[in-house]
Amino acid sequence: MIEFHGVTKEFADGTLAVDDFDLVIPSRKTTVLVGSSGCGKTTLLRMINRMVDPTSGFVDIDGEDIAQLEPVKLRRRIGYVMQNSGLLPHRKVIDNVATVPLLEGVPKREAHARALELLDTVGLDRSLANRYPSQLSGGQQQRVGVARGLAVDPNILLMDEPFGAVDPIVRADLQQELIRLQQELGKTVVFVTHDIDEAFLLGDQVVILEIGAHIAQKGTPAEILANPANDFVANFIGSGRGKRRLTVDASVTSSGDDLVLVDGAGYAAGVVDAPRGVIARPDSGSKSRSISNKTDQAGDA
Amino acid sequence: MQWLWDNLDLVVGLSLEHIQLSALPIVIGFIACIPLGWVAHRFRLTRAIQLTLFGILFTIPSLALFVTLPSVLGTKILNPINVVVALAIYAVAIMVRGAADAFDAVPGDVTRSATAVGFSAVSRFWTVEFPLAGPVLLANLRVVSVTTVSLLSVGALVGNGGLGYLFINGYQRDFPTEVMIGIVFTLVIAIVFDQILVGLGRILMPWSRTMASADRAARRAGGSA
Ligand SMILES: Nc1ncnc2c1ncn2[C@@H]1O[C@H](COP(=O)(O)OP(=O)(O)OP(=O)(O)O)[C@@H](O)[C@H]1O
Ligand SMILES: [Mg+2]
Repeated sequence: MIEFHGVTKEFADGTLAVDDFDLVIPSRKTTVLVGSSGCGKTTLLRMINRMVDPTSGFVDIDGEDIAQLEPVKLRRRIGYVMQNSGLLPHRKVIDNVATVPLLEGVPKREAHARALELLDTVGLDRSLANRYPSQLSGGQQQRVGVARGLAVDPNILLMDEPFGAVDPIVRADLQQELIRLQQELGKTVVFVTHDIDEAFLLGDQVVILEIGAHIAQKGTPAEILANPANDFVANFIGSGRGKRRLTVDASVTSSGDDLVLVDGAGYAAGVVDAPRGVIARPDSGSKSRSISNKTDQAGDA
Repeated sequence: MQWLWDNLDLVVGLSLEHIQLSALPIVIGFIACIPLGWVAHRFRLTRAIQLTLFGILFTIPSLALFVTLPSVLGTKILNPINVVVALAIYAVAIMVRGAADAFDAVPGDVTRSATAVGFSAVSRFWTVEFPLAGPVLLANLRVVSVTTVSLLSVGALVGNGGLGYLFINGYQRDFPTEVMIGIVFTLVIAIVFDQILVGLGRILMPWSRTMASADRAARRAGGSA
């Protein structure tokens, strides 16, 4: 569990990036920090591994104030994945994945064997192991970045817009991969993005931030969608623009048992199952399927 | 040509001296410019001071430096150390700016992510910043290498100029062949040094070629898009 207690960060030039921030990030769940550019997401993330130290307030990991921990040691037990992968361009893929174990003095043979397994884990072919990062596609590089983040089997994985620089198809692929991984591994993931759809897809807890890292709203995706706390949130998640309020477009006759849905602006947004023209209601009690699935599998162990 | 065979011992001896006296300042200059360049890269203020200082040093005529160094170092005028020190100063003067540029050229993303995964400052320098500065350092080192090999000849005026001796001697005896031989051998040494540096770069930085070709590919793709 990661806790922010009254954390403020003012940079040397006077920028107040984070203003009195409180948050509890539960273990073994994915928490997504989402907000527009410059609202302090990266700064928050970097305070968890002491790349940035708070001006005031403190950050706890499992009840321990991290200001008391040695930064280098702390970072080696926290996975970090960033946009543009941040891989070492002068090291082969396998050495990149094994970076931290090698720093920790794990014998090379052992570290490499584990690195190859990790390539499997993130869905990369082992034949890529001896390439340099510049010889991989952007999506492959991000997978290597994730593998490197997992190399020391950390409890915590920090991800700063890891899929921000790849095309939409690859991004969707990587997102599904992360969901699968998280179901298997159950890490405490803190994920930063400015894409609200990505936040709702990946997050067990979603935290919507305004400038200065002020929390506009936090909750499960369903809670936020059902009850946007204010106009800012409504606007940010798109319900203000009618993007998420979908209605059946009766003018379109579809071939099968589907009805076409349109958003508030009248654009086609998807289809819904409607056998014999009737939209099926889910059994009362079960929430939206994708979300309850995730929570079940990643539940506290 | 006959002259060369008759004086082969002399020419080979002078060549070896030339190699020794120019290799030393190149190596010393390279080692010295790394901390200096790194400091200049990190701190704006010292960068300005360093670049000005070495800029001035570089404008001192080499002969003047050769003859004043003995009084500064307390050495005899014919001591080869004078020439080595003088050329090392020039080497640093040329390389300091290049080394600062080399460290500037290391992508900030990469050093930040190295910090993020838990490199200590020292291991990050030696295993990330220094190797990634390598290609630009090498480019500068090649300039220094050629400059030093040719500049050493001037040292012949104070008795330590390697093949430079052939220039003075050939000029005094009005014997162009000897001067030509001196030039050719100096050139060969400069080229061999350069090839050794290029080869070392290939061996020590196999990744830099794959990166360069990836860059070119990216530029081509960008250009045609
Ligand atoms: N080292 C720094 N020195 C001064 N100001 C900084 C520094 N790092 C960040 N800031 C400022 O702090 C604010 C928050 O920055 P941060 O990088 O946390 O934003 P972000 O939410 O991650 O934005 P983005 O989505 O663009 O990555 C910005 O105004 C930024 O300019
Ligand atoms: Mg950011």
